[in-house]
Amino acid sequence: QDLSLPNGTPVDTSSPASSSSLLNRLQLDDDLDGETRDLFVTVDDPKKHVCTMETYITYRVTTKTTRAEFDLPEYSVRRRYQDFDWLRNKLEESQPTHLIPPLPEKFVVKGVVDRFSEEFVETRRKALDKFLKRITDHPVLSFNEHFNVFLTAKDLNAYKKQGMALLSKMGESVKYVTGGYKLRSRPLEFAAIGEYLDTFSLKLGTIDRIAQRIIKEQLEYLVELREYGPVYSTWGGLEVELAEPLEGVSACIGNCCTALEELSEDMSEDFLPVLREYILYSESMKNVLKKRDQVQAEYEAKLEAVALKKEDRPKVPTDVEKCQDRVECFNADLKADMERWQNNKRQDFRQLLMGMADKNIQYYEKCLTAWESIIPLLQDKPETK
Amino acid sequence: MDDCLSKKIEITVSEAEKRTGRNAMNMQETYTAYLIETRAVESQNEGQCSPVDSLWRRYSEFELLRNYLLVTYPHIVVPPLPEKRADFVWHKLSADNMDPDFVERRRIGLENFLLRVASHPFLCRDNIFYSFLTQEGGWKEMVNETGFQLKADSRLKALNATFRVKNPDKRFTELKHYSDELQSVISHLLRVRARVADRLYGVYKVHGNYGRVFSEWSAIEKEMGDGLQSAGHHMDVYAASIDDILEEEEHYADQLKEYLFYAEALRAVCRKHELMQYDLEMAAQDLTSKKQQCEELATGTVRTFSLKGMTSKLFGQETPEQREAKIKVLEEQIQEGEEQLKSKNLEGRDFVKSAWADIERFKEQKNHDLKEALISYAVMQISMCKKGIQVWTNAKECFSKM
Repeated sequence: QDLSLPNGTPVDTSSPASSSSLLNRLQLDDDLDGETRDLFVTVDDPKKHVCTMETYITYRVTTKTTRAEFDLPEYSVRRRYQDFDWLRNKLEESQPTHLIPPLPEKFVVKGVVDRFSEEFVETRRKALDKFLKRITDHPVLSFNEHFNVFLTAKDLNAYKKQGMALLSKMGESVKYVTGGYKLRSRPLEFAAIGEYLDTFSLKLGTIDRIAQRIIKEQLEYLVELREYGPVYSTWGGLEVELAEPLEGVSACIGNCCTALEELSEDMSEDFLPVLREYILYSESMKNVLKKRDQVQAEYEAKLEAVALKKEDRPKVPTDVEKCQDRVECFNADLKADMERWQNNKRQDFRQLLMGMADKNIQYYEKCLTAWESIIPLLQDKPETK
Repeated sequence: MDDCLSKKIEITVSEAEKRTGRNAMNMQETYTAYLIETRAVESQNEGQCSPVDSLWRRYSEFELLRNYLLVTYPHIVVPPLPEKRADFVWHKLSADNMDPDFVERRRIGLENFLLRVASHPFLCRDNIFYSFLTQEGGWKEMVNETGFQLKADSRLKALNATFRVKNPDKRFTELKHYSDELQSVISHLLRVRARVADRLYGVYKVHGNYGRVFSEWSAIEKEMGDGLQSAGHHMDVYAASIDDILEEEEHYADQLKEYLFYAEALRAVCRKHELMQYDLEMAAQDLTSKKQQCEELATGTVRTFSLKGMTSKLFGQETPEQREAKIKVLEEQIQEGEEQLKSKNLEGRDFVKSAWADIERFKEQKNHDLKEALISYAVMQISMCKKGIQVWTNAKECFSKM
């Protein structure tokens, strides 16, 4: 049996069994407040690199920590998207019983988007920052070796190559999915999680479509407004006494246009990406659930096989025991992660939706200010001029 | 302005009713009739409730009244009628004349027309107008008996005058340009406004979809459920609010439309001036040529080429008696012409004076009304913004409880 140190310090994080038992013992709280937090990671400062073969963006990843697992208290490295992608894959491989946070989409599907535009890079940066922060907050994932290297290594590529060899050497039994086993009965709670995720991602998809539609309608509204405002100005040019009021209305409409543009931009850059992130999250979570089903199926199959053999052995063979362990660890890890995920999801959506409401409030406040300010101008009597 | 009709009686167009009848070609038709109610103001002040007189009129009768006023008072900027057919509509608005919203807005427009005429210092004194308000039967015959249709200037004549007039009053020329441009800019404004309304409608309505999906989503959530559900309700409120907002805005559009049509009335006054001026110029020209003819006959010199002169040279001169007779005739004509020219001149000057006075009155009215319209538009926008802030603040609070 894999053991842990008496004081609960995680030893070998490559074995899921150990981490989950530790988890139960330590009863780590997901709500790490500032005092207990000992690892801080930030993604910022995007820079464009132009090389002969390709052009790409790197981001600065800054780490501040007091953890013993890190040699230094501070690190600053540069990473590009494929490095994050590598990290995620490594985490999926090495921590298959856990929910790994999603990355922003790899490829830009809609050809109109410019990979190097400020908006795109900033949206991506925020998502990458979120990704690392979610790992940082995770009591198990944050101690992952690959994560450590990602944050600290000067030359990540060298480690990547080395890691490939290491993988085959150590024979990390990450390939849980042996496949081909049919699950008898899914435990109710996991069935419920599966159903929940299905409906959840469906609803998010709908919200994504609605949000996109709203942005589209707003932009079409904006097009008309941009023609509307100047007509008042033209009219003002014809008039004498009405010239100022008409000009005022024209300017006012112009201000509303600017406010609307800002609203649509904000929704595009801040709202939609987070929705999409959670849809991706749900997808990857469903995969983890499938893996769990597979592990359970394998265990059940092996158990059945043993029962059929009708050997009167006093104890159950080790590999069946190992399977049982795997199932139990997987279930425990997944349960804990789901709880954490649910909590984070609630906070994230609370923030996201409040943000959406805020942006709309700000838009209306800007328009309100504009219209209120021209009332005195409109009411102005010519004698007072 | 104190003896304006509007101060003496209260006029309202209070109801609209669908009617069927037979038209001039004995075919069945459906039309809307409007109830005009009048009540004396004075007795109200004395604390008595005076009786209400009422009669029904349809749109075509209003048109007849207006045409009469246009011909009878060509120097007045005659208030326009609300549009005959729904124009500048956006998709939700019906282009159907029978649509209740259109009928309602037309009712208001007709009332506005009557009030404008009643508060005009000259128009309000007109008998035909008074009868329109008070005499149900035989009014049409009364109007036709005035023979105003005969007095109307032909459109062709007017067009001809516009092209050929040499010295119109500069102010009218400027006014003509102004009214053309005003028409153009207000039309443009109304067209774009209709498109803006259409798009805004779309934005609000799509938000209603949030209401539905939040409700569905809340069903699978534990702690987030209530917050989502109630926020969804606010999204529904938001989506529904646009209907009232845009209906109010239609009144603003109607105010603009009135001045769009007023531009045409301005043009009509300018046209009349051009016509009178042209007439005057033609009369003056005619007089000059007659005088010249007379002079030529008297002195025997031919200054200008004339076919008569040539023929007389070729076929022999006329006798002195003939010449004398001709001169006499011409002298009579010249005298007549001079008198006519004098009176035409006077007419022209009177027209310009009174027309310009009414135009100044109109300008003040226009500036006042349009300012009021802009203010009310701004107030509408402010109200819309405040509603928006309210709804989203409510939604935000629901989200905060998630």
